Amino acid sequence: MSTESLSIFSPQLAARFDALVEKYPLRRSALIPMLLYAQDEIGYLSDAVMEEVAERIGITTLDVRNVASYYSMLRFKPVGKYNVQVCTNISCMLRGAYDIFEHLQDRLGIGHKGVTADGVFSLEEVECIGVCCWAPALQVNYDFHDDLTNEKVDDVLASYRAKARSEQAEGGSAHA
Amino acid sequence: MPDVTFTVDGKKLTAPAGTLLIDACRKAGIEIPAFCYYPGLSLQAACRMCVVRQEKVPKLQTACTTQVGEGQVFVTESAEIAQARKATIELLLGNHPLDCPVCDAGGECELQDMTFKYGAGESLYVEAKQHREEQKWSPAVYFDRPRCILCYRCVRMCGEGMDVWALGIQSRGASATIAPNGGDHLDCEQCGMCIDACPVGALTSDTYRYKTRPWEMNHVATVCTHCGDGCKVTLGIRQADNGTDIVRADNRDKSGINGDFLCAKGRFGFDFVESPDRLTKPLIRNAAGTLEPATWEQAIRHVASKLKEVRAAGRAIGVIGSNTTTNEENYLLQKFARTVLGTNNIDHVRSTDYPGFAAAMAGHDHRAASLRDTQTAKAILLIGGNPTEEHPLLAWNLRTNFRLNQARLYIATDSPIKLERQALMSLQLPVSLESGGYESLSDFLGGDDNALDFGAMDDVIESRPTQTDTVPTELTHAKTFREAVLAEDSLIVIFGEEFRGAAIQKLVAWGLGKENVKFAYLGDYVNSRGAADMGLLPDLLPGYVPVSEPGAFGEEYANLSKQPGLDAVQMLDAAGRGELGALYVVGADPIASYGVDPAAFENTFVIVQDIFLTETAALADVVLPSASLYEKTGTVTNSYGDVQLVKKAADKAGVKTDFEILVRVAGGMGIDIKKLVPFGTTGKGGVTADMGQSRGAQSGEADRHAVWLTANNLEPRLSPFDPLAVLDEIQRLLPAYQLDRLNLFGGNDVPSQPGFVPVSDLLAQAAHQDVVLPAHDGLFTSGTLGAHTVALTEIRQYQHSVSDAVVAETAAD
Ligand code: SF4
Ligand code: SF4
Ligand code: SF4
Ligand code: FES
Ligand code: FES
Repeated sequence: MSTESLSIFSPQLAARFDALVEKYPLRRSALIPMLLYAQDEIGYLSDAVMEEVAERIGITTLDVRNVASYYSMLRFKPVGKYNVQVCTNISCMLRGAYDIFEHLQDRLGIGHKGVTADGVFSLEEVECIGVCCWAPALQVNYDFHDDLTNEKVDDVLASYRAKARSEQAEGGSAHA
Repeated sequence: MPDVTFTVDGKKLTAPAGTLLIDACRKAGIEIPAFCYYPGLSLQAACRMCVVRQEKVPKLQTACTTQVGEGQVFVTESAEIAQARKATIELLLGNHPLDCPVCDAGGECELQDMTFKYGAGESLYVEAKQHREEQKWSPAVYFDRPRCILCYRCVRMCGEGMDVWALGIQSRGASATIAPNGGDHLDCEQCGMCIDACPVGALTSDTYRYKTRPWEMNHVATVCTHCGDGCKVTLGIRQADNGTDIVRADNRDKSGINGDFLCAKGRFGFDFVESPDRLTKPLIRNAAGTLEPATWEQAIRHVASKLKEVRAAGRAIGVIGSNTTTNEENYLLQKFARTVLGTNNIDHVRSTDYPGFAAAMAGHDHRAASLRDTQTAKAILLIGGNPTEEHPLLAWNLRTNFRLNQARLYIATDSPIKLERQALMSLQLPVSLESGGYESLSDFLGGDDNALDFGAMDDVIESRPTQTDTVPTELTHAKTFREAVLAEDSLIVIFGEEFRGAAIQKLVAWGLGKENVKFAYLGDYVNSRGAADMGLLPDLLPGYVPVSEPGAFGEEYANLSKQPGLDAVQMLDAAGRGELGALYVVGADPIASYGVDPAAFENTFVIVQDIFLTETAALADVVLPSASLYEKTGTVTNSYGDVQLVKKAADKAGVKTDFEILVRVAGGMGIDIKKLVPFGTTGKGGVTADMGQSRGAQSGEADRHAVWLTANNLEPRLSPFDPLAVLDEIQRLLPAYQLDRLNLFGGNDVPSQPGFVPVSDLLAQAAHQDVVLPAHDGLFTSGTLGAHTVALTEIRQYQHSVSDAVVAETAAD
């Protein structure tokens, strides 16, 4: 597909997709990785994302929706800049995950699947994220934070808030 | 595959190796319950209802995916299996609303049947039900999420069967749901096949929802009144104040020529019968010049005396028949014209050139393809047309044949069509419909490399750099296409109105030169073929016998003139010149079709028999309200020459069948009806008297009809209004209509044989003028009927809005 100019993805991602669809015996095998990468770049699977992915593979948008809706880690609505995913599965639960989750709700002022008004954070309760040995744990985008206490959670939040602020300042000066 | 022997419930069965156990059992009369299995569609194995015990296999097996092999032993009913099925149903009922008392499917529901059989009325599951409101997906299709048992039949039917792929399944587990392609609406062909396939009441149709229960209807199997494919359709009938209501149309027992299939027109296009625009009283133009309701007696008397008057005055009379009346009515109409009115001025609005096809096929038996052949043929060459839109059943057959038998489909058209998705090769022809240049393809197939002028495609292929550069590529492709077609051992050639007269001749001659080539020539309406076969033609009698050499008809028909009459266009011209004394129109709208100035009829007495007040009827002197195809009995012949029985399903107060009207008019004119309709003991005492032996059947004195009836073990018909009396006569006089009556009356399609046409006919055809007027009705239009069908009108509007939205979206991008 040679529609880079019309693509809603970055040139890098578009190029990656071009290679990906050719990689498998069936083009549609590239669907799930494409959805994941697209979500990482755009933030969520918008209608436009699914339409372009469908077109790149040569399947219907309905097909894309059918697959995408099966996976709980693919989402159809925007999340915050930092998506906080708290594990409440068995190991974490036994080590106080629900307290952590409640604490986060208090601190951020949002519930499960909520997004803060400034768009910096969103919160989600998730199943096991694979770090049971350091439970309780949470994941912010692709970063892990484990062995949590309420205080540690506050530090984690503060670090991301600071990061968001400095990035915004940078972005602002770059524009100025 | 070699046959294998295996045991089911202690019975030894034999089937080809690899047959699915469920199919093998069904064939042997052993029923295995199944929700997700649907014959002809891909296997899903999603419902676990079909589980059976196979010897030496540790777990229960799904019969819908188990292939039979030598020596296997199965048990299909046991306490263990019943328990497994019951558990499956319990799970399904876990979130089922159990609103059977109001559900459309109640009484015909596979889930209900199974629940009764396996008794899962009490459940161990106490989860709260997830309710969702009913959703309207289109003017045709509604979805009731909670009733869905996720069998995927609809998804596969729409995708594999229809090649539309408009349905999908979203989310998972308990929240999985069937979803339409438009998010909350369907952008599809609105065929309703998904509704038909749904084993429960999750998909319902707008025409039938909440109207009645299956056991409150009478079910009458008849033939769809719309396109030239002639699907068998079962109408659900209920009593109403002014006759009966048709509440539903489906293909209930799937026993017809169409198997599983019906398109939107067949399934939803029946409400024209109760349209408020329908004519229900005869109308006579009064002194003030307006049409005024009259009684049948008045109207018939008026028509009869006027016709007698015009005939006595020696003025010309013209008759124009219909594409949607039965064979018997068409036959009777031409016999009435020829023997009572004494004229060969008879025609119909021809949507295609069947006389030309008959001439080309004359003398070649078994070269006509039936519609069923298109589902089994190994190779098919489709030239022109767009079956997906205009011949939906043919398109379904071609898709099915491709999917299940890997049939090789070759398509040659002037613009791309959807069926190319199933085609092995397609060839874009350098012709436009207007130029009629399809003929050159016959030359090309015949070996003339220069026949196709790809230069003419300049405007079509924009990217062509230079002429010399690309013409060879197209020509090479065309040659490959030709080689592939020629290499086929057997072939069905399907074509339509793009070929007329000499062009048909040429194409058929090419095909006849090869062995195992069969032909199908497509017409537009339910009985377009029958209209031509029955001799609604100025120069040809029934069976395409030329009037100039009438053969047996010379003896049968008193007053038969050997002079060909005027065709429809010539009749209208004659009227314009003031030379037509009367025009008798049955089920046609020549004024709209040919765009004639109504003023042309000032000096013509116009009689119209129709369902609606058409443009022609509006200026008629007498209008006679007639019954639709759903309100009469008889036979019709589809495009492929398959004859089927039409059964009277509904009733409409005030109207009469075209058959009865004609008989009454003839009676009013003082004609001996027995000469027109062979009923009772005809002639000189019929069966009991002169059997013709003493003086020979050709002496003209024996009662030929009675002799024929006796020879065929048939009783004389008792009523002059019995169309089957005319069917007897048709069968007696038309070699092409030697019908297998047992099958015909059993509701099956039986082939006619167009090859049985006198070869002498060939020359008589040459000077034919082209009066073909193709209708090109699409998926949701059907001439006058379509315009008066609310369900189709709504779908048409909806389809517009959906495609407009798409256009707007693309424009915004
Ligand atoms: S109506 Fe026909 S085309 Fe539309 S979704 Fe149902 S099966 Fe598919
Ligand atoms: S809607 Fe009907 S056909 Fe489709 S999955 Fe549900 S139950 Fe099966
Ligand atoms: S319109 Fe044609 S394809 Fe559709 S149901 Fe009627 S006969 Fe069949
Ligand atoms: S249970 Fe929380 S990480 Fe595994
Ligand atoms: S019919 Fe076999 S699993 Fe559904």
